[in-house]
Amino acid sequence: MVRAGFLDFWRNGFVSLASILVMTVTLFVVGMTLFAGVILNSALGELRDKADISVYFTTSAPEDQILQLQKSVNALPQVQSTTYISADDALAAFRELHQDDQLTLQALQELGDNPLGAELDIKAKDISQYDAISQFLQQQQASQAGGPSIIDKINYFDEQHREALDRLQEITDSAGRLGLIIILLLVGVTLAISFNTLRLAIYTSREEIQVMRLVGAGAFYIRAPFMVEGVLYGLISGVVTLVLFYPLTYWLGQATANFFGGINVFSYYVSHFLMFFGIIIGTGVVLGAAASYLAVRRYLKI
Amino acid sequence: MIYYDRVSKIYADNSIALEDVSFSVEPGEFISIVGHSGAGKTTLVKMLLAEEKPSSGSVFFESINVHEVPLNRINHLRRKIGTVFQDFRLLPQKTAYENIAFAMEAAGRPEDEIHSDVPHVLDLVDLADKANNFPDELSGGEQQRVAIARAIVNQPDVIVADEPTGNLDPVNTFEIVQILKKINDLGTTIILTTHNKGVIDSLKKRVVTMDRGRVIRDDREGKYIL
Repeated sequence: MVRAGFLDFWRNGFVSLASILVMTVTLFVVGMTLFAGVILNSALGELRDKADISVYFTTSAPEDQILQLQKSVNALPQVQSTTYISADDALAAFRELHQDDQLTLQALQELGDNPLGAELDIKAKDISQYDAISQFLQQQQASQAGGPSIIDKINYFDEQHREALDRLQEITDSAGRLGLIIILLLVGVTLAISFNTLRLAIYTSREEIQVMRLVGAGAFYIRAPFMVEGVLYGLISGVVTLVLFYPLTYWLGQATANFFGGINVFSYYVSHFLMFFGIIIGTGVVLGAAASYLAVRRYLKI
Repeated sequence: MIYYDRVSKIYADNSIALEDVSFSVEPGEFISIVGHSGAGKTTLVKMLLAEEKPSSGSVFFESINVHEVPLNRINHLRRKIGTVFQDFRLLPQKTAYENIAFAMEAAGRPEDEIHSDVPHVLDLVDLADKANNFPDELSGGEQQRVAIARAIVNQPDVIVADEPTGNLDPVNTFEIVQILKKINDLGTTIILTTHNKGVIDSLKKRVVTMDRGRVIRDDREGKYIL
């Protein structure tokens, strides 16, 4: 039966070639969407990473209290990381920023005292969690109402900052959703095309199937060679696709790394080759077998 | 052995292919079904193979109602009936040898049996030297002989030959009929449909005559009368 599948494959040379080409395109699209997904995710991740909120402390706030607060913020499940910038650090950074601006530096000199308070930058695990974190900070502030509050301001409650955060979340969310829809659409369309091609390839054999049926062949006996053929198409197309991706990603690797920031598709391809191998070959084999199974079924009904 | 019990077939457009047909076939018989084109001969044959269902009535093969056999068991029934078609219906991608071997493989026969039986039947239809030719490299008569070899290789109880000589010249027609007679002499029941007067008159066997879906004559040792 396996031999019959191979033989049919060989004797149907042209149909086999056409099927393999179409299937290769399909698997190529599947592979491309994998890459697109990875690139999109890393680009969005990069973007999300830019979001944070800063808590500015009063100049008189004692450091141990600030560190205490940092500890309790760190303990929140929504928080990914916090960075403490002490008043001195803030001053040094300010000096560096304005090193060419003599006037400002002079003014700073005039003041004598450090006018800047300490600062705590907080990154959440997800953009949507900034609200909860800010609520928590506000409560902290309120609970210390008895004494002087150490928090000067939280920039989350700045209209502008909050709007920017909301916008960022909206953009990354809808970009992710749009990406997913496009990917699913592309994969769906190419799967359908490839499925149809295999069906056409088997359509040319429909009389044979009917003859086999009338000669007394069982369904499995008729179906098996076609499925072997379909699996063979999938295997070959998968290998061709995997081979094609090598030079392609090599060529695109640097460009994507520069453009989207962070991810080099070539090194990603090489390091995740097993995953690509599994998905591409697996899709090809399952597609080939399933399409053949369903296509033959139509002609077995006599 | 085969019994058509008041079989009718009316298509959706109300055209009548068969009307109240009843007759039986005994083991070892050679029965010819004759009639003009459209008389219902082929429909009758398709009923036996469960290729078509009757609108009413039933067809029995060895006391099994053919149309009550489920689709996944029908192939077992078909293996007991060898079929020869007017248009040969060989598998174009397979050689003469493979076309015959295929019918044996499909019936689940072991490899060594296939190796010994296929050359034997090829010899019987006088095609031993064409074993490795594809159908398009064979003449019509040769293709039909391959088809007959395929039909008999599983030693069926019945051979159904539906217009087997319809596409053949007189010489090839004669040869095919001789082969069918030879097979009948070896004990296999033969059902032959034809509208070839010469074939019927030379056979001197039972003749069922059909016209417009009805059986109008059934003669023990008949001639082609229409």
